Amino acid sequence: MAAEREPPPLGDGKPTDFEDLEDGEDLFTSTVSTLESSPSSPEPASLPAEDISANSNGPKPTEVVLDDDREDLFAEATEEVSLDSPEREPILSSEPSPAVTPVTPTTLIAPRIESKSMSAPVIFDRSREEIEEEANGDIFDIEIGVSDPEKVGDGMNAYMAYRVTTKTSLSMFSKSEFSVKRRFSDFLGLHSKLASKYLHVGYIVPPAPEKSIVGMTKVKVGKEDSSSTEFVEKRRAALERYLQRTVKHPTLLQDPDLRQFLESSELPRAVNTQALSGAGILRMANKAADAVNKMTIKMNESDAWFEEKQQQFENLDQQLRKLHVSVEALVCHRKELSANTAAFAKSAAMLGNSEDHTALSRALSQLAEVEEKIDQLHQEHAFADFYMFSELLSDYIRLIAAVKGVFDHRMKCWQKWEDAQITLLKKREAEAKMMVANKPDKIQQAKNEIREWEAKVQQGERDFEQISKTIRKEVGRFEKERVKDFKTVIIKYLESLVQTQQQLIKYWEAFLPEAKAIA
Amino acid sequence: METYAEPSCASVDLQGDSSLQVEISDAVSERDKVKFTVQTKSCLPHFAQTEFSVVRQHEEFIWLHDAYVENEEYAGLIIPPAPPRPDFEASREKLQKLGEGDSSVTREEFAKMKQELEAEYLAIFKKTVAMHEVFLQRLAAHPTLRRDHNFFVFLEYGQDLSVRGKNRKELLGGFLRNIVKSADEALITGMSGLKEVDDFFEHERTFLLEYHTRIRDACLRADRVMRAHKCLADDYIPISAALSSLGTQEVNQLRTSFLKLAELFERLRKLEGRVASDEDLKLSDMLRYYMRDSQAAKDLLYRRLRALADYENANKALDKARTRNREVRPAESHQQLCCQRFERLSDSAKQELMDFKSRRVSSFRKNLIELAELELKHAKASTLILRNTLVALKGEP
Repeated sequence: MAAEREPPPLGDGKPTDFEDLEDGEDLFTSTVSTLESSPSSPEPASLPAEDISANSNGPKPTEVVLDDDREDLFAEATEEVSLDSPEREPILSSEPSPAVTPVTPTTLIAPRIESKSMSAPVIFDRSREEIEEEANGDIFDIEIGVSDPEKVGDGMNAYMAYRVTTKTSLSMFSKSEFSVKRRFSDFLGLHSKLASKYLHVGYIVPPAPEKSIVGMTKVKVGKEDSSSTEFVEKRRAALERYLQRTVKHPTLLQDPDLRQFLESSELPRAVNTQALSGAGILRMANKAADAVNKMTIKMNESDAWFEEKQQQFENLDQQLRKLHVSVEALVCHRKELSANTAAFAKSAAMLGNSEDHTALSRALSQLAEVEEKIDQLHQEHAFADFYMFSELLSDYIRLIAAVKGVFDHRMKCWQKWEDAQITLLKKREAEAKMMVANKPDKIQQAKNEIREWEAKVQQGERDFEQISKTIRKEVGRFEKERVKDFKTVIIKYLESLVQTQQQLIKYWEAFLPEAKAIA
Repeated sequence: METYAEPSCASVDLQGDSSLQVEISDAVSERDKVKFTVQTKSCLPHFAQTEFSVVRQHEEFIWLHDAYVENEEYAGLIIPPAPPRPDFEASREKLQKLGEGDSSVTREEFAKMKQELEAEYLAIFKKTVAMHEVFLQRLAAHPTLRRDHNFFVFLEYGQDLSVRGKNRKELLGGFLRNIVKSADEALITGMSGLKEVDDFFEHERTFLLEYHTRIRDACLRADRVMRAHKCLADDYIPISAALSSLGTQEVNQLRTSFLKLAELFERLRKLEGRVASDEDLKLSDMLRYYMRDSQAAKDLLYRRLRALADYENANKALDKARTRNREVRPAESHQQLCCQRFERLSDSAKQELMDFKSRRVSSFRKNLIELAELELKHAKASTLILRNTLVALKGEP
């Protein structure tokens, strides 16, 4: 599906992090056993510039030059990243996070944990091609199904377990067909992990379905009515679409957390996903802080493409929301029509029973039957309106929010770079002052700090260019997917409408002779 | 008996009779009233001209209807139900609300919504004309009713009939009369001794009571279906508009997809609207008409029962007079009158009720056939435009 294979990103892209690895670096872990032992210097993640750039750009190498010169910049902690939410702590950092499986190099790709690894350029190339071949050969042969919702437990601790079935011929999976049981919070946990790893480096991570306290409470409480079955079905379909979108992303597909989610029979509970948990509230607070901050960042956009695209997505968002509201009204009214048709069918049947002219009586009963069947059709039609049309729109509204999110991350990245530049300037000024005051020890310190901040500035610039590049690619991929997605769903929707009309024709054609038979 | 419908009234079949033809050739809606131009073509000697027309308002129709109902001569006949009062209130309110405006609506959407409301207004107008017309035409077709003097006056008298709308006392009086009538009817049937002698009428009574209730129910529910359909059609307007905007904004292949989809929804809207209006005319209106007609038939049965009660009472009075041997003659003649009246009513009622049945059957037949044919037509048209859109969408790269 993806025309371009993207090297899997690293677990963390934050320059301030301990292991700052560039894109493409770990591709080759598997094939090059010397990778881990090859560091020529203690510097974490300093990579031969050209090749990394080549890798990270996919088929077309570009100009991004990486600085070899990174030192213990990364030893610096995270003071700068005050706005980062805890969940952004990369899985691979020293901080503990829930449900982390130690990642070991496998046959394919895994984000590196422990090192600071380097790789030789030649090896990179070869390995990269191999990976690409394998991936292209499979061409995203992976199908995900979410089915069989099952209530587990009782009362307020009850939850729905869903069966996640994967069918694939990709070699990264140990089997070609397998299934596991997952609950909703597992999905949220997966998204949380993926988001924390990939969002801030510019990857558009598909958002997970929304929580619904009301909906779930009904299910927990055990209401066996149609609204809770509808809720469960709506959720099941949403979870399925969520996973399908996630595996379609070439980079995310390589992620071990995703693989673990799909494959392993036991998954540690993702506890920080509860809406009202401490982590949940913290998330909300951070989102709010983010929003405020976004408003105050004034970025000098040097690249018109970004401005254009942001505007485009903003417009698209507005239009989709408008359309979504109208489609929701349509669904609601069609359900009303269905209910009214059913009521009419009953009264037509009663009328037919009263009618004392035999042939007319029969015709009226037939009319009642037709109307009952038409009621069914209305319900199916409303179903299609909702699951195909309305849910497509709401999925994309949330996806576009994710897109807007990566643009925001880019802005933050720029801000960080800007701040580093400003600080560097200050350090230089401080040094100059020291020079004048002639305090040798302070001068040395100032010089050290200058060096440190120069590196940070360079890293900031690199990161900014990296995220910009990633976003460009991601947006390209996203748009392609969007076109395909919409076209597929629209066609499916229209085909179901055709089916409905044909049924309608059948019913009325059967009724017509009955009406004519009235004598 | 072969009947055919006048093209202007879909609900009722009338026998053609060229000696008296009545139609509403024109109608004008003013602020709060409608003026109908009633045109008559007749070769009957009674009229001064062979072709003439007058202008009448709704109240004058009601006056005519009430005149028939109160006329003892027609007690044995089903009096055609009075046309309902023209009611544009709801439609006018909607148009006004639209005018007040909702800024989020685009110009195209506004134009479409206005068009829809105007069409609705026009449809209500046409219906009220049809209801008034069919009332007159049934009168004109009925061998007895057409000879009524008030009818001639209604058709011919050039001036205003000076029939004011019922004042409150009269309305209340009418209301009370209905209550008394129902109570009476219940009492009569409960009264010991008043036994229905005729199986035909016994059957008709039970039948009509149940039928009337059920057809009223069916009519109400058919109305709801029709309104829901109309609502659905209206929902397509903002959808089509939003798809249009989406299409014009897109720079990729989705542009044509969205635009085609917008077009599709616009067409589906029109079809859905037609389905709604066909259901209205062929189903709702028909059910409504026969609900009123069956009420008129019930009224006839009541009048006959009243006559039967009178007859019974007269019998009892005669017996008493004979026993006491006092005032036998007047009691005898009274009893005779009651007997004759009752028999007259029974005979004509029987005929009327049989006519009612055949009228009802043929009207239902016609309307159900037309309904089915129209539904088929619309479903086929929908299928066609859906398929065309699919071909266009799939054909794109």
